[in-house]
Amino acid sequence: MARQVLHPPKERLRVVGQRVTRHDAVDKVQARTLYAADWEMPAMLHGAVLRSPYPSARIRRIDPSPARALPGVAAVLLASDVPNNTLWTDVPGQTSEVGALRARIHVLADGVVRYQGEPVALVAAETRELAQQAAELIVVEYEPCAGVFDPVAALQAGAPKVHDEGNLLASWKIRCGDSEAALARAAVVVEGTYRCQFIDHAYLEPESGVAWIDSDGVLVIRVSTQVIEHFRAVAEVLGLAHNKVRVIGPYVGGGFGGKEDVTVEVFLGLLAWRTRRPVKMTWTRQESLLARPKRHPFVLRYRTGATREGELVAQAVDLLADSGAYAYLSALVLMYAAVTAAGPYRVPHVSVQARVAYTNNPPTSAMRGFGAMQMVLGYESQMDQLARRLGIDPVELRVRNALVKGDRLPIGQELDTHVAVAEAARRAWDALGPRPSPSTPEHRVGRGLACNMQPYGRIVWLHDWASAWVGFEMDGSLVVRTGTPDVGGGQASSLCQIAAEVLGLDVGRVSIHIADSALTPLAGTTTATRQLYMSGNAVLQASTVLRRQILEVAARMLETPAAALEMREGAAVAPHGQRVALAAVMKECARSGVSRSALAVYHAPAGDPIDLEHGGGRVFPDYAFGAHAVDVEVDTETGHVRVLRHIACHDVGRAINPQSVEGQIQGGAVMGLGYGLMEEVVLDHGVNLSTLFATYLIPSSLDVPDVEPLIVESGEGKGPFGARGIGEPPIAPPAAAVANAIEDAVGVRITELPITPERVARALGLFRDP
Amino acid sequence: MNERAVAFILNGQSREVHVPAHHTLLDVLRDDLGALEVKEGCGEGVCGTCTVLLDDEPVSACLLLIPRVAGRRITTVRGLGEGETLHPLQEAFAINGAAQCGFCIPGMLLTAYAFLRDHPTPSREEIRRAIAGNLCRCTGYVKIIDAIARVADGRAGRG
Ligand code: FES
Ligand code: FES
Repeated sequence: MARQVLHPPKERLRVVGQRVTRHDAVDKVQARTLYAADWEMPAMLHGAVLRSPYPSARIRRIDPSPARALPGVAAVLLASDVPNNTLWTDVPGQTSEVGALRARIHVLADGVVRYQGEPVALVAAETRELAQQAAELIVVEYEPCAGVFDPVAALQAGAPKVHDEGNLLASWKIRCGDSEAALARAAVVVEGTYRCQFIDHAYLEPESGVAWIDSDGVLVIRVSTQVIEHFRAVAEVLGLAHNKVRVIGPYVGGGFGGKEDVTVEVFLGLLAWRTRRPVKMTWTRQESLLARPKRHPFVLRYRTGATREGELVAQAVDLLADSGAYAYLSALVLMYAAVTAAGPYRVPHVSVQARVAYTNNPPTSAMRGFGAMQMVLGYESQMDQLARRLGIDPVELRVRNALVKGDRLPIGQELDTHVAVAEAARRAWDALGPRPSPSTPEHRVGRGLACNMQPYGRIVWLHDWASAWVGFEMDGSLVVRTGTPDVGGGQASSLCQIAAEVLGLDVGRVSIHIADSALTPLAGTTTATRQLYMSGNAVLQASTVLRRQILEVAARMLETPAAALEMREGAAVAPHGQRVALAAVMKECARSGVSRSALAVYHAPAGDPIDLEHGGGRVFPDYAFGAHAVDVEVDTETGHVRVLRHIACHDVGRAINPQSVEGQIQGGAVMGLGYGLMEEVVLDHGVNLSTLFATYLIPSSLDVPDVEPLIVESGEGKGPFGARGIGEPPIAPPAAAVANAIEDAVGVRITELPITPERVARALGLFRDP
Repeated sequence: MNERAVAFILNGQSREVHVPAHHTLLDVLRDDLGALEVKEGCGEGVCGTCTVLLDDEPVSACLLLIPRVAGRRITTVRGLGEGETLHPLQEAFAINGAAQCGFCIPGMLLTAYAFLRDHPTPSREEIRRAIAGNLCRCTGYVKIIDAIARVADGRAGRG
């Protein structure tokens, strides 16, 4: 695969930048990795959840006694049995100064159910089948209520209230210049309304975990999660001290944001605490698709004004998102959307009005791209329409308006690292080469481009930090400990590479322990494309401190100044070639009382909350920029769209492991194509019609082309060695690039996702509506 | 509850279980025999995650009721390779970065193994078709197809 280094690294790196085979790869191909559902404990019970069949109802009566009477049932719990029934999902382990952003969820429904699938009761029994059977024996009398299933309807006067405080959950405004006046003066204005859908994370590993109480009386939960800091949430629900709950995160079978929120851990905690026995819970696929938070659907209204020469002058954006029945992370998702809504372009006059409303749909929360990705359909569809109106080449239009380093975003934040929009757009487009020809006379071929910007790392006023411990064993092998969960992106392996680089070791000499809230220094969530950036910097810092400690000792042994020493091949090496093996250095450290380990805490640049509307500064630490270009073929008789080529270009700052970077880009792009072309959780008045993998379709190998990654290495990211995160960015451009390519091919604009054959056929006029 | 004795061969070893007849092969492998290398993704026969070989042919273990397996041979990913030695496909998947979260990989490997056995020199498109029943949410398939092609090329090269 093509990989070009734009700004070659100055220093000589030995391990960083290599296509290292991940340390977990062999275990995974031999299936020795024990995921959450592969764990068992002696005398373990099985848990099950009873869920609401109604999207909106009052609970008149619950009678758990038939379930309690079933032999083999150890516990049946209702809301009244939960010590603190509210789950606060604020940003774990960080500041709680986020006010309205704190999200409340009920652990078990209390008197009212607000979405289909809302948990109502919990059961623990001797077998899985028995637990399920017992759950079904619980008698619940519901009184169905009027519901609201669309955010527009939810905000109308007189709409049924999902929560007493009203249906408007959050709103943000951004103002920069005077967009109305600028639009009135603009030579051309294009307008568009775009809609995107509910989708599911559809990781292959369903939610699962096992909980037990250890011999010190600590509640231990081994759970598939992106956030081990949820031990605090479990402790709060149970009314325990935080230090009496421990979460162990095994390797995760895919997360994509869906394992950022609490899943089974709080249920397991309740059941294990109540029964004093180990309990296991694994959701079925149906349960996962029914009840888990989805990606936010948005209605995006854009008005974009430009000069005749194609210079953007104004962008006015109105966003409305569906939060579903509970807040979860909706207010934050909406903020990501608002901040990035104008796209990676220089626009002097911007206004964004963003709102998110409660409905009786399933809750929506974090998913890869977190609000910033939905906006791409809006701003990139607008750019293409503008290019068409002005008769300017779509690449040229983007290049003319692309942000560059030193520019300011509408919120006032100055971009202080390399901004790769223009070069990514050109390179992705050029890489497509000559246009393919259609396969039959009924087919048309088209080409489309979409650029994007995606923050990485947390909002700066959350004062983000991550910590890591790095230490040598007596034989000179190295151990890294960090709370970082590995969700499949190679998070742990990249950290090994960083430590190996600094300490001059073969990466095979490094072993890493991750994601145990009791035994590994906390590193925050594996979300927000932040782990390479945050834990990477923590490991870099700890390794650098350790290196200094070790070299002092080695310098005495070699009778050379420490500054002259190098660390390589497991030894400290003096300029004249004399060396001392690390095992010998460790012995000397032990003898002379020098520590063989270091603990570091990396604090991300922090800041105070800003008033978005009046601007004034930094919201995110940094952004990643990229562009995808696609060739598509449209069947003019059926509306079927096939993606023929897909080039995905991103500035990753520095590719710590190019193989992992490519994997993130390819996997992300394909998930983006799924979003663009086929995926949708279909709801009918809040009733989920997509609770099977047979009805919720994700791309198979036949649905997508080989995505070709193009890696730009500007070296200017804020992560270790100038890296920036790449977990989320590649998911965003595909849908818009395909929509743009379709218009290029057949002259119709699709404004609603997913771009199904039916939608295309309709736009082509193949259906005659009465 | 209508228990049955069912005997079959698992990775070359005779096994016998006494379980209710409505239990699936997947349940039995995971719950009764501790064959945790077989993963469950959907439980409804769509994702291919639970793929095993039944008399050398790939099947979804979640769809197969246990009586159907009586007297037959089941191969899981542990039946590939020998002991600690990786099968060339496993090696290619590891080296190529084809395993990200790794959850789909055991099933994917078995599908690829059976396919390559029957189609020693496939085209890239044939590989793409062969794995269409095994969903992967992480990799975008490129590196998986690359890994399979790499083994096929190696084999073709050796004639
Ligand atoms: S788990 Fe058997 S096919 Fe999905
Ligand atoms: S590697 Fe995660 S599902 Fe395939």
